[in-house]
Amino acid sequence: MKNNAGREIPEEFLNDRKAFESTEIGHPEIQRTAPKVRVSTGDDKVVESIEDVVKSTVKDGMTISFHHHLREGDFIFNKVMDCIINLGIKDLTLAPSSLTNTMNDKVVEAIKAGTITNITSSGMRGSLGEAVSHGLLKNPVIFRSHGNRARSIENGEIKIDVAFLGVPNADRLGNANGMTGDAAFGSLGYALMDANYANKVVLLTDNLVDYPNTPASIKQTQVDYVVKVDQVGDPDRIGTGATRFTKNPKDLKIAKMVNDVIIHSPYFKQGFSFQTGSGGSALAVARFLRQSMIDNHITASFALGGITKPIVDLLEEGLVQKVMDVQDFDKGAATSMKENKNQQEIDASWYADPENKGAMVDQLDIAILSALEIDTNFNVNVMTGSNGVIRGAIGGHQDAATSKMTIICAPLTRGRIATVVPAVSTVVTPGDSIDVLVTEAGIAVNPKRQDLVEAFKKVPGLPLVSIEELQQRAEKIVGKPQPLQFTDRTVALVTYRDGSLIDVIKQVKD
Amino acid sequence: MEIKQTALAGTLESSDIQITLSQGNEGIQIDLDSSVEALYGPQIKKVITDTLAAYDIENAKVKAVDKGALDCVIKARTMAAAQRALGTVDKPNWEVL
Repeated sequence: MKNNAGREIPEEFLNDRKAFESTEIGHPEIQRTAPKVRVSTGDDKVVESIEDVVKSTVKDGMTISFHHHLREGDFIFNKVMDCIINLGIKDLTLAPSSLTNTMNDKVVEAIKAGTITNITSSGMRGSLGEAVSHGLLKNPVIFRSHGNRARSIENGEIKIDVAFLGVPNADRLGNANGMTGDAAFGSLGYALMDANYANKVVLLTDNLVDYPNTPASIKQTQVDYVVKVDQVGDPDRIGTGATRFTKNPKDLKIAKMVNDVIIHSPYFKQGFSFQTGSGGSALAVARFLRQSMIDNHITASFALGGITKPIVDLLEEGLVQKVMDVQDFDKGAATSMKENKNQQEIDASWYADPENKGAMVDQLDIAILSALEIDTNFNVNVMTGSNGVIRGAIGGHQDAATSKMTIICAPLTRGRIATVVPAVSTVVTPGDSIDVLVTEAGIAVNPKRQDLVEAFKKVPGLPLVSIEELQQRAEKIVGKPQPLQFTDRTVALVTYRDGSLIDVIKQVKD
Repeated sequence: MEIKQTALAGTLESSDIQITLSQGNEGIQIDLDSSVEALYGPQIKKVITDTLAAYDIENAKVKAVDKGALDCVIKARTMAAAQRALGTVDKPNWEVL
């Protein structure tokens, strides 16, 4: 059947899931689940080897999880997976918060060995994305946003048997945080879900500290085992020193235009809130926004989401009152968490879970997000590349897009690839939650937001155009591409934040 | 027109295309390697073929390594390679332009 984003969803996947209907969540009553607890006084938790802990916890058919806070510097995932593959364990479901490039080859190896037969993730890239898009995994991957993963863990759709969580410090009972140690990465936001809901929680650390370790983001009441390893991660690859502002003139032009949109919107007033992505233009907006806030004597009540040093600078300058931090993208943001009491660690549920008693994204005024593709219905693709291959992640895109004004910033074209297209190859975030598109060639407002159209019309110098015009301009530059070729086989399901099916990804034809 | 020598134009930079022309005797044979082949493969070959036809080149081996060049770039690089291959660099064919 066709869902309300206009995408064809094969019937076979509609037995236990519904098709996407609306961005409205409503007020359903949800039953949450709770983990099993093996009772202990806590004196028996420290284990010498990963192998011992894997042997006593992981069995065929289980669901295992990891977090991706160590990003490209992660040593934990490959070490644990090696051990699981070598022990000949089969038929596991892999349910990490996301998969980074450093994990790709190991996941492919584990799929080939029959160790992993199901995957749910925020996204995937590189060799793993290629392999899955070419049909390596028999069962379709389920892509979930960060908010949807939190929701699915809470309601039991994802039942984690064993969570393997790398931490830069822990005591012998499992009190741990992300802020100190060689592998410090700041917020443990995504991992806090696993710590709270997995049946068995295994911490792996290279920094066993005196008991009791505070501040404790993960608590001893949640942890079953603490494993001492040589190194949790490569500090240089966990995050660069400070995310730099782009010098690309096109990105800067777009960022300035985004800032013009923000300051002329009804939301730019004392106490407003915002979230920026970490992409070139999105991040550079912070620089222009800073000056506008100073000039207009306006401060923000909070900045949300994945945090970078430029956002922490706004906090330290007093322009932002609170930073609500689910993950840190650079070392500057990671190390400032322990010094700034107003940089609050939040878990993925607090951040973005749609089935909640109020998530932070529900309170968000402005979200500045990027896109691989956006179509004339404002649907956004951040998942598949121009060749149809999986190379991205939902991340918090769908979640943050529920803000009062969601701005997509993107160049009109990238090389010979148009960004504004007649129809995106994969719908990830529905056009209903996108309000404004900013490209270097003009600004298009979603016709559903006539209030914004009226507000921006009065501003001299704001180049308002229709999104159809932008699409045609892009096509005039790069030409009309031929349609991509796919087989009938579904290799991945893209779920909306409420768990409904917004699109499917097909196997690419060779 | 007959190709006198193997000639090359263009670079492997992003948004460029590198065209190498050499002698052939079975029409225009294009060996295309493109980052956007799935989307624009036939279009790229058409621009190369049309441009060579304007020089009356009927037989040539073409090696094209494309990094997402626009049609105008493909045409310009093919013309440069053609003039070099024909040994007519000092006599630009204005009609093709």
